[in-house]
Amino acid sequence: MMVLLKRYRVFLATFGLVLIMTLINRPLGLEALSITGFSLKEMLLVIPPVFILLGLLDVWVPRDTMIKYMGEGSGLKGILLAFFIGSAAAGPLYGAFPVAGVFMKKGVKFSNILIFIGAWSTTKIPMLLFESTALGVKFAMTRLLIDIPGIILIAYASSKALAPKEIRQIYENAETMIQ
Amino acid sequence: MSTYILYGVTLLLLALSFKNDKKKTKMSLKKAWKAFENILPEFLVIILLVGTLLAILNPEAISKIIGGDSGWFGVLLAALVGSITLIPGFVAFPTAAMLLQNGAGYMQIGAFVSTLMMVGVVTMPVEIRYFGRKLTFLRNGLAFLFSFVVAYVIGKAVGAL
Repeated sequence: MMVLLKRYRVFLATFGLVLIMTLINRPLGLEALSITGFSLKEMLLVIPPVFILLGLLDVWVPRDTMIKYMGEGSGLKGILLAFFIGSAAAGPLYGAFPVAGVFMKKGVKFSNILIFIGAWSTTKIPMLLFESTALGVKFAMTRLLIDIPGIILIAYASSKALAPKEIRQIYENAETMIQ
Repeated sequence: MSTYILYGVTLLLLALSFKNDKKKTKMSLKKAWKAFENILPEFLVIILLVGTLLAILNPEAISKIIGGDSGWFGVLLAALVGSITLIPGFVAFPTAAMLLQNGAGYMQIGAFVSTLMMVGVVTMPVEIRYFGRKLTFLRNGLAFLFSFVVAYVIGKAVGAL
């Protein structure tokens, strides 16, 4: 019970603040709670399949296979796969991090993991279609064309900025996130 | 639409897995649940923060912040608003289209859309759990800076019409 309380203390504190906000400004607080309810529904709809898929991936796909396709030395193949998997994904960005965790456990190269995160956030195919209708094809395509090199650039710059020891620590931590 | 595909693929793979090995399937479902339960507190915080931010930063408020200003100061404001909020696409793009109609420039909208997607201040609690503080700040910082490049290119390419 105490452990549970401790793990959810930030959530409970945030929830308390929203309740206080509701007491001060009722319409604003109710609006916040109603949008929260809506996002909660969205999360419960999209997140379960993402986690089931990462569970299946962890159990069925051997580490050697993942290393071969996306690990050190996977070259262009690994980069393209990272882009493809990220772009084909569904769901909000916070769903990408647990998947990245399993990728790390399976020995995927660090820069490919960062490319995957970038693709999930920026080049998702359903979102591009939506963006094209709302803001025009030219807008969406220009953004896509500039974002693809941007994602690669950010991925390599971030992995170069970290010491090998720091990257190893991140991988070790990922092992503990899925067991 | 994409949700249906996601469910279809998941169910198919799950059935395939079950047919081949019941024990392994059970194990993967157990892993899925444990991984989810592990990060659930952070997810709940994000959802609550997003709800609150969207209530405060509704389309009218965003339009007031971004709409009036033009130039690089407007781009900076647009990038800041885009960074803190995490708006689902079906709200974000119509909002961006509305901002354009209300007189915001393509450069500002480019910065807004780019940071909206690449930079997530609200999702940082989850990112930090998986990647640690240093990488999280680094990745978001670089993506924030890169959004100005995106804004510039979009302003030149699309705005020049």
